[in-house]
Amino acid sequence: MRLYRFLAILGPRNKEFWRDRAALAWNFLFPIAVVVGFAIAFSGQGPDLYKVGLVEGTPQELAFLDTKYVQFVPVDDVDKAVVKVERHQLDMLLDPASRRYWVNDSSPAGYVLERLLQGGDQGLSKQLVTGDEIRYVDWLISGILAMNLMFSALFGVGFVIVRYRKNGVLKRLRASPLTAFEFLAAQVVSRLWLLIAISVLVFVGTDLFLDYRMYGSYLDLLIVFILGAMCLISLGLLFAARIASEELAGGLLNLISWPMMFLSGVWFSLEGVNPWIQKLALLLPLTHVIDGARAIMIDGAGLLDIAPNLIVLAGMTALFLALGSWLFRWE
Amino acid sequence: MTALLEATDLVKHYRGVKAVDGVSLAIEQGVCFGLLGPNGAGKTTTVEMLEGINEPTSGDVRYQGGPLGSRFRDEAGIMFQTTALQDYITVRETLEMFRRMYPRTVSLPELIESCSLQEFLDRDNRKLSGGQRQRLLLAIALVNDPQVVFLDEPTTGLDPQARRNFWALVHDIKAAGKTVILTTHYMEEAYELCDEIIIMDHGKIISQGTPKALLAKHFNDVVLQLPKEDFPAGYGKLSVTVLDGKDAVEILTSDVNETIHQLVEMAVPLNRLQIRQRTLEDLFLELTGKELRA
Repeated sequence: MRLYRFLAILGPRNKEFWRDRAALAWNFLFPIAVVVGFAIAFSGQGPDLYKVGLVEGTPQELAFLDTKYVQFVPVDDVDKAVVKVERHQLDMLLDPASRRYWVNDSSPAGYVLERLLQGGDQGLSKQLVTGDEIRYVDWLISGILAMNLMFSALFGVGFVIVRYRKNGVLKRLRASPLTAFEFLAAQVVSRLWLLIAISVLVFVGTDLFLDYRMYGSYLDLLIVFILGAMCLISLGLLFAARIASEELAGGLLNLISWPMMFLSGVWFSLEGVNPWIQKLALLLPLTHVIDGARAIMIDGAGLLDIAPNLIVLAGMTALFLALGSWLFRWE
Repeated sequence: MTALLEATDLVKHYRGVKAVDGVSLAIEQGVCFGLLGPNGAGKTTTVEMLEGINEPTSGDVRYQGGPLGSRFRDEAGIMFQTTALQDYITVRETLEMFRRMYPRTVSLPELIESCSLQEFLDRDNRKLSGGQRQRLLLAIALVNDPQVVFLDEPTTGLDPQARRNFWALVHDIKAAGKTVILTTHYMEEAYELCDEIIIMDHGKIISQGTPKALLAKHFNDVVLQLPKEDFPAGYGKLSVTVLDGKDAVEILTSDVNETIHQLVEMAVPLNRLQIRQRTLEDLFLELTGKELRA
């Protein structure tokens, strides 16, 4: 490993990224757009959870009609509304005048509404939860930043190396004294600092408007993202080790990125899903990045508390880097 | 004297196909060594094995008596037949990047001047013309002040003026005492630049020597060319080989006086008669039976 050769390839790779305005804008704007979009969507009292058809022209004295998060849709044709209940377009149809309601037996939402309408258990006293409210956006930001890391690492490193290999850039570099390790190390470092810089800027920029809840240490959060970025970049290198077809690379990278996006808890918690799915998710590096970051932000966890996540990420990074270097071919 | 670069019995198989079949050669310091052959003859594979970027199935390549190693990598300059450079990087930045990879380099102003890169030095690599791009690729190949320079079909796709400008650059490289290994489709290029050539076909060397020696070895005749309409249909009286082309007739003779005498007797008009020496193109056709760019 010669530092001067490593630096020779690092500088131009950075310039290549900064000057590709479209890719740069995408890396900044995509996470900001997602965070801001969700913050707006989940601001205020939140979206309605159920839809109930309410037959018009009838007295409205039922207490059920004051239930929050239920959208009451005026209905003038009962027969048509019943069909909508059959087709799950309405969760319930209610006619207070005749004191009748219609639900679809196969509709979970209809079942819940029916229980609400009938009053449920009596005599239980209500207890209020106190303390700072954790909004959806506080929970989401770690997932969005991690997801952006994943796409940028996999496609920004893996896909670029495949393109280099296909169009002959790697062949030309191979004819120089540059070694495969020097080349790969430059790719990792170049993308790592760019990813971290972008993540910090996006986090700080959106925090000014959304004021995220943060109960842990910013430094710990940075360490989780650095380790996560290294792991995901190494995964990108592994996938790009030998492939010379951009189409195949795109397919394989999608094959690994989409399961991570849905199973690693970017959008929703995996609490309560099939235990096998939860175990499968633990095999994905993104799960450990998100779990670690959320624990720091929301639970105030320290590095020791998330040591299992950090150890898995470090182990995966070492494994992916070793395999990627071993399998790497210039052509 | 040890050859600068020496290959012994190189063989390369690709999925059951023998692309190179027992090539041995020795290249001396300071010469321009040409590899000629039709497409698929194995010349690019041979050159890539000499460059050390394609592993031979069997055989050996040695640089200054030793195996190809880091010293060879530091002292070799390579210009590939097709190559791409990183996007969004300027010509100057590209040269600086490659300069920083080598322990020994030429000065940047000297390189820029010798390859005439001044006009487009701050232009993005993607926005170069074919000739400008070839000059940049040559400059990259020369950035480490190499002892040996590989040029794989460097003028393919260039217009005649750009090609001649490129030849001038190669002459300068030769004048600086560098060894040049050139593959080309263009016989006039090989004749102009090469001190020694090999002609390859089906993965084997079928002829080797200096261009003049090869022509002298294979030909002792010259070519008389006449427009077809000036030449009578029956030419049985001529005691030499006559090649009937599309627009012209070529008469191959080792005794020009006698042949012209016979043509005069046949009352053939000679106002448009041309006499030319045999060329590498003729030799190539004779040895491979193939058109140059087939």
